[in-house]
Amino acid sequence: MTTDMTVETMQQMLERLMLQRDIEEFLSMEAELLDERRYDEWLEYIADDIHYHMPIRRNVRFGEQYRENTSADSEISWIDEGKRVLIGRVRQINTGIHWCEEPLSRVRHVISNVQVYDPEGDEVKVRSRFIVYRNRMEDEVDLFAGKREDILRRDSVTGWKIAKRTIVLDQNVLLAKNITFFF
Amino acid sequence: MVHILPSLGDRSLRSLVDLEQGLISREIYVNEDIYKQELEQVYGRAWLFIGHESLVPNPGDFFKSRMGEESVILVRDHKGVLHVFLNTCRHRGMKVCRYDDGNTRLFTCPFHGWSYDTDGKLVGVPHFKTAFHEELDKSEFGLYEVGRICNFYGSIWATWDRDAPPFEDYLGAYADGVRRCFESMDGVDNGVELFRPVQRWRLPCNWKFPAFSFDGDRMHGVTTHRSINVAAIGPQGDRNEGDRHPMRARFPSTNYEMSIRELGHGGHNAIYDLPGVAPYVDTWQTEPPEVDEYYRQAREKKAKKYEGQFLHGGGALIFPNVNIQEQRILHWHPHGVGATESWRFYQVDRNAPKVVKDAQRRYMMRYCGPAGLTESDDMENWNYASEASTGAMARRLPYPFKAGLGHDYTDDRVPGMTLNFDIAEENQRSRLARWLAFMEAGSWNDLYPLNKGK
Ligand code: FES
Ligand SMILES: [Fe+2]
Repeated sequence: MTTDMTVETMQQMLERLMLQRDIEEFLSMEAELLDERRYDEWLEYIADDIHYHMPIRRNVRFGEQYRENTSADSEISWIDEGKRVLIGRVRQINTGIHWCEEPLSRVRHVISNVQVYDPEGDEVKVRSRFIVYRNRMEDEVDLFAGKREDILRRDSVTGWKIAKRTIVLDQNVLLAKNITFFF
Repeated sequence: MVHILPSLGDRSLRSLVDLEQGLISREIYVNEDIYKQELEQVYGRAWLFIGHESLVPNPGDFFKSRMGEESVILVRDHKGVLHVFLNTCRHRGMKVCRYDDGNTRLFTCPFHGWSYDTDGKLVGVPHFKTAFHEELDKSEFGLYEVGRICNFYGSIWATWDRDAPPFEDYLGAYADGVRRCFESMDGVDNGVELFRPVQRWRLPCNWKFPAFSFDGDRMHGVTTHRSINVAAIGPQGDRNEGDRHPMRARFPSTNYEMSIRELGHGGHNAIYDLPGVAPYVDTWQTEPPEVDEYYRQAREKKAKKYEGQFLHGGGALIFPNVNIQEQRILHWHPHGVGATESWRFYQVDRNAPKVVKDAQRRYMMRYCGPAGLTESDDMENWNYASEASTGAMARRLPYPFKAGLGHDYTDDRVPGMTLNFDIAEENQRSRLARWLAFMEAGSWNDLYPLNKGK
């Protein structure tokens, strides 16, 4: 009986590690597409019903942390959109006359501390931390640190698709002149 | 009164702003001394936009705002009266409010514990008996309050200068247009609220790049925003070649640069061929049908209110640094000579159903702000125009503001306004003229009433 339990646990552990590994590989592949500006390919991994949300973060009194990040339900955020607008962004960059990305910025995503949890049906929740570095023109530098909360959905063609992404940026006043790339 | 700034040698400010020739020295955008004087001469006197009463609906509600470079607190006191205070403790200057917004009974300073009532009175001083021997006159050390405050149809404005004219006089002929920017879609005064929170972000350029060119530099659109229509971010989606406007139906009209030369305010406004309000045409096809339905009904009510009246004019840049439009407020604060803190507020009908509020909110977020698909290109241009104007050689070259120079005129349909062709640089010249007046004036006596000025 004890042996059975151990076998069961080993099996579960293997599945969990494989899922973890699978997700980490997916996120690394996604970062590669973004950093190499393969935006059209990136869009193939975006679910049609994605909610892509980057809240604004307030300075609030202790005890009011529940309203630190703006709600997508009724408040203003930095970004709060679906696939239609994400496609629009890619189209705009691809014109070659979107001046704030012409010439293109150098953007690097470092994705780490990946936590996979609550697998349910064909979906799984994923938390990851990011350092996104943007270098532009000669000496423009922006550094963004924060956390992403994703829902990934299994897909028969692409393996996974991003069904929801919340980007929690660790800034109050945004210290960059614009956001013209993807997190 | 002519100021000679040390870093300008023997050149007067006036010699840098040649409005007759339409030649403006780059110095006024890059010079450190001029910048410091602006904070006193312009920001110390002008009426400045603070926020909106919907940000502080209840007693004790506060919203941290900003005047020039400085932090201020908009607060509704326990009696319901609105105040604007400088955000600094009278003891050693600590910020007494470090939250973006909230509700409080007192502002208690985290340094030595002085506490202030929401009406600004100093009410608590630790060691008042033992250390101050009860000799400190608390009434002298309340929070420092603005000279004048005005609630203009729900929008809140303030000036440090008690001698400033009443706000409505400051707005002049634009009072009506600004008022309508705080009207709900169905034409009810003070019918909007602001979405929360305000977006705030930093731009690497002098504040006058955005503030003096927005709603003045119509010429930039075709080039700067050439890439936007492919993104089809407007409420119609891909229909009508990606048209971005929130309302399709417009009366036959002609657009002009319209400004009040003497006051520095100005916008791109229409003069209509017909009176009243144009019938609604569906615009929000990418949203649930309730959205178009709401706007249609609102428009019908508004049409009744304004039947037979001409609604020329509208939103504008109100000198020095805020642009009031119907669904958005663009505000640029000086943040050092080469930096600006940009703020965006968005209005929405207070009584609109959630589906309408959501549609409008999402449209604003994809259009405006640092991640908005339209504005990002402006920031790139202001950034590098500013940078490439600072060099020792570059700053010798004046900027020409010559488009439409000398071709301005007046029109009885819009009394008090100076008109020019839609892409003339008239509005920018108006702002620069008013800027020079502020920079040279010894006091409000030199600035208003206008016929008393030089
Ligand atoms: S600085 Fe505020 S109590 Fe001393
Ligand atoms: Fe623009």
